[in-house]
Amino acid sequence: MSEFNIQPGDTLPGRDFKADTVQLFLYNAAIWNPHRIHYDLPYTREREGHPQLLIDGPLQGDWLTQIVEEWLDDRGVLAAFRYSNRQAAYIGDVLTAEGRVTALDGPVAELALTLRNQDGVTTTEATASVRFETGR
Amino acid sequence: MTVLTDELRALIGTEVAPFEFEITRSDIKKYAVATGQRQRRYLDGDEAPLLFLFSAMMPVIPLDELLPDGRQPDSPLIPELPLKRIMAGGSDYRVHRPARAGDVLVCRQKLADLYEKQGGSGPLIFMIFENRFETLAGEPVVTEYLTRIAR
Repeated sequence: MSEFNIQPGDTLPGRDFKADTVQLFLYNAAIWNPHRIHYDLPYTREREGHPQLLIDGPLQGDWLTQIVEEWLDDRGVLAAFRYSNRQAAYIGDVLTAEGRVTALDGPVAELALTLRNQDGVTTTEATASVRFETGR
Repeated sequence: MTVLTDELRALIGTEVAPFEFEITRSDIKKYAVATGQRQRRYLDGDEAPLLFLFSAMMPVIPLDELLPDGRQPDSPLIPELPLKRIMAGGSDYRVHRPARAGDVLVCRQKLADLYEKQGGSGPLIFMIFENRFETLAGEPVVTEYLTRIAR
């Protein structure tokens, strides 16, 4: 147990994410991403062979940072974040973000994070380093 | 079999011209809403979430320059490789300090490494791109190592 009341094995509060077409549209507009696989369903099915519109990989990465920062609150900062997309995620999927503390070294905690769909398939995985700061 | 030639390896270290962009409160607020963000400092647009920086990498180019699938053309840093199928491999971010509304940042992009591995169905070429986000005065803000894989 550290002075920050954190220990390896601690779990972060999870959160479910389910993007609908409105959110997916707004996200891709906000990041200026014109790739058809996020808004053109006939193209996505007929030309790219996907059953549904795809949830952007970086959006899934963002969601994993959100559960880190919601858990961290004002106790510290996100110092490093590494993610990779493993499987496609689609509109309509319920994506559950979960995380746990894997190591602690002084004020720095290492976290392992996953985003899984309703079938239990990991669509995105990540690691993060957070630095706890006293007096924030 | 080696697919990475000396000519290709010589491209390691190649840089493209840096570009500047301004982080605006309005853009942060839109991004925060669109991502389902719940932290007040992001919803108010005071600070930019880390992955907001991905949007800075999206070129704003005329409509008639977009590809048939809608995308902007690939980065000129991607070399002409003998393997043609390019996949995303993930991103590794080091955060030096938060990006804030009003920041004007410079992004310096470099092909940081090229290496190959044998995959289950043949060779894979790993491309590592370094994207350094700094202030105009050279203060580091975020460094990203982006991996793309050709097979």
